[in-house]
Amino acid sequence: MAHFDENAKPFSHQWLNERLAIDTLQRVLSTEYWIPKNINFLWAMGMVLAATFGILLISGIFLLMYYQPNTNLAFDSVNYTIMTEVGYGWLWRHIHGVGASVVFLIIYIHMFTGIYYGSYKRGRELIWISGMLLFVLFSAEAFSGYMLPWGQMSYWAGMVITNLFSGGSLHADGLVEWIRGDYVPAQAFLGRFFMLHVLLLPLVIIGAIVFHFGTLRIPHVNNQDGEEFDFDEAARLYKEGKKKESKVIPFNPVFLSKDVFVMGIYFIFFFYLVFYHFEFAMDPVNFDPADGLKTPAHIYPEWYFLWSYEILRPFSTNVGLIAFAIAQVIFFLLPFLDRSPNVAPASRRGKFKFWFWAMLIDMIVLTFMGKLPPEGAWSTIGLIAALVFFALWIALPIITKSEKKL
Amino acid sequence: MKELKIFGIVAAFTLILYWGVEPFAHSQMHKHVEGHNLVYDGKADIEEASKDKKEAKKKFWAEVKEIAKLKGDPVAGEATYAMCAGCHMEGAANMGGVTPPSLDHAGAIYDKNFLIALIKNPAMATNVDHKYKDTSTHPMGSISSMVSAPQDIANVVAYLKAKKAGEVTPKEAYIEACGRCHANRYGKLTQLGEIPKTKSNIKTGQDIEKMKYDQKVAEEQAALADYLGKLPPDLSIIYRARSEHFLHTFVENPQSQLAGTAMPRTGLDHEGMEKVMAYLEETGDPSKPARDALGPYVLIFFVIFTILAYLWKKSQWKDLH
Ligand code: HEC
Ligand code: HEC
Ligand code: HEM
Repeated sequence: MAHFDENAKPFSHQWLNERLAIDTLQRVLSTEYWIPKNINFLWAMGMVLAATFGILLISGIFLLMYYQPNTNLAFDSVNYTIMTEVGYGWLWRHIHGVGASVVFLIIYIHMFTGIYYGSYKRGRELIWISGMLLFVLFSAEAFSGYMLPWGQMSYWAGMVITNLFSGGSLHADGLVEWIRGDYVPAQAFLGRFFMLHVLLLPLVIIGAIVFHFGTLRIPHVNNQDGEEFDFDEAARLYKEGKKKESKVIPFNPVFLSKDVFVMGIYFIFFFYLVFYHFEFAMDPVNFDPADGLKTPAHIYPEWYFLWSYEILRPFSTNVGLIAFAIAQVIFFLLPFLDRSPNVAPASRRGKFKFWFWAMLIDMIVLTFMGKLPPEGAWSTIGLIAALVFFALWIALPIITKSEKKL
Repeated sequence: MKELKIFGIVAAFTLILYWGVEPFAHSQMHKHVEGHNLVYDGKADIEEASKDKKEAKKKFWAEVKEIAKLKGDPVAGEATYAMCAGCHMEGAANMGGVTPPSLDHAGAIYDKNFLIALIKNPAMATNVDHKYKDTSTHPMGSISSMVSAPQDIANVVAYLKAKKAGEVTPKEAYIEACGRCHANRYGKLTQLGEIPKTKSNIKTGQDIEKMKYDQKVAEEQAALADYLGKLPPDLSIIYRARSEHFLHTFVENPQSQLAGTAMPRTGLDHEGMEKVMAYLEETGDPSKPARDALGPYVLIFFVIFTILAYLWKKSQWKDLH
């Protein structure tokens, strides 16, 4: 058995150390968790995401105290009770709404940072895969949350998205009804999405964040040059006081101080949106109460789903569904489809550089087209952008395989 | 500096993304309707009218223009107004599907030309004549036979503009111009006006007065739905569900946004529009004053936070390079 000093005062440093190994924990997780020195503010996006998730969690808990998961009461509990009767209810709601939208902006920046610097390769595959898991979980969390105000867009987006599960000409209507718990979105539907949004998905997300952090510990984060070096050696130099020569810095307090500074700038932006520009995050159509008899003129998802929605739309039902399904999972495969031996910023990787920018721009085009009515030139552009999306994925292994080792 | 360059690229893509999914998408999704600055001369009505109606509309609005040139006498108008008061009175009952609204501030919230047109022919003035074979069957349609001489019309309108034009609150403007059709539950209004305070019986827990009131509201709504083909929507939060531009142009001329709709033009003038919109904002976006009050403090807090964080970062990074 371990040694416990009987004279140690309860909750004193020694007492805690013997029971929890707090010194070791602190060393492993923070003061000797080494981060490369050669990184830019994009490496703070992970902590910005963690902070935004925290904000969503806290604001969500406040909203949960007054929200009513009942199809007759939900709309007014959000739009009236929380917005007018609850002290600062409007603030929590706008924080939650803006947070839900902005978190995706940061997720996309974080993802494209990873793609640009090749941070999903050689030892970092699990970081990428756990990250994608978080993306899928956040998508489910956002979608389930969008159902809760029970406005027109909640109802009709719920209708359209659950309809996808009928699998086109498979006509799996039974599956759709099973998901909804009814023939159409109604009380059972709202109740289960409420449960998912406030309990199951947040729990799984917390687990997935822990997993994501765990996958980072051994490979460490990448750096601006994709340089591979000996972390132990660099850490030794740092500890010896040769900070200038060392290629690493400890997470706490050195890198953290930069994280916090970047977060400060982010919070200014975030709260500017919360107070003066929140409308972009709350679709006007959802301020009409759900009405199963009145289909809105335009049904579209929130902006962060538009690119994949546009991959669904331009094709016939079956092809569209298959394309959509592939688009949902294809990013998981990135570490295996990129066959290049190099871990380096895209700018130094020849054809991959063009692949990166083409993918980014194509997804932005898809996003634009996903919101526009599918008519005339818009649907042609959407179709082309969707085809380009797949062409790029097919090209990826080919162009990366021929990449010369740097 | 390299980091600033990277930041610039991220910011540029973010702004492009925003532009595409918000301003640009919305400009393409909604039909653009020009407002007419609350001038009621029938221009849009004539343009949008079907061929067989064009001539009648032209003639109608030309006559309105003629009457508008006459000088009205408010004193003589008061006598004629008695006819109006026969229907527009305190506690008026539903007639033909709708309850005549109070005219207490009609001179302030309605446009002069519109009022003239309304008295000449309510269905034509409100641009819902497509609903009627014979426009005199409009609930207020009999007025055209009661007050038909141009001078009489000019006189009543002069009377309204002189004597029914006191200071009007946003809520009063809403109740008079929209309230007979549109409830506003966040403002505690039904089509019958403000919801009265009632008490439940302590012994039974039942509120009989409220039940009676609810029944009256239900009957009024049923009548409205019969008259208009559907129950007009509650406008509690319409302010966030529609753009301000839509609300302005829709209220100015509902047909231009929703061809064939049963909603009549309400003929608001600038003051009326401003007051009605103020009320819609009050019920639909009540947190605006609180936001404006708190926002600067929160932002200042984070600016200071960021400055301190920057100083901390500088001190931590000073001997790294
Ligand atoms: C005589 C009854 C009547 C009056 C008075 C009236 N409305 Fe309406 N309103 C309607 C009806 C009926 C509809 C439903 C229109 C439809 O769906 O065709 C409607 C719909 C609306 C809509 C929703 C349009 C949409 O996009 O679905 C708005 C906004 C509106 N009215 C605003 C107003 C305002 C503001 C006023 C007062 C200035 C007003 N209305 C006065 C009958 C009325
Ligand atoms: C036969 C009964 C009757 C008489 C007489 C009458 N009204 Fe009306 N009035 C109504 C009804 C009913 C409405 C509501 C119509 C509707 O909403 O479709 C109305 C609506 C109005 C409105 C509101 C229109 C709007 O913009 O929404 C005004 C203003 C008005 N009347 C003025 C007058 C004036 C002025 C007179 C006298 C010259 C008059 N009324 C005489 C029944 C009457
Ligand atoms: C949504 C919740 C997420 C949180 C809280 C989160 C958090 C973090 C944190 C704290 C880091 C380390 C610091 C950094 O490099 O930014 C990190 C790194 C990383 N994350 Fe995430 N992340 C999330 C989602 C994602 C997603 C969706 C992906 C992509 C699919 C992803 C992929 C990565 C990769 C590849 C790295 C390593 C970066 C490198 O090595 O340079 N993460 N994440």
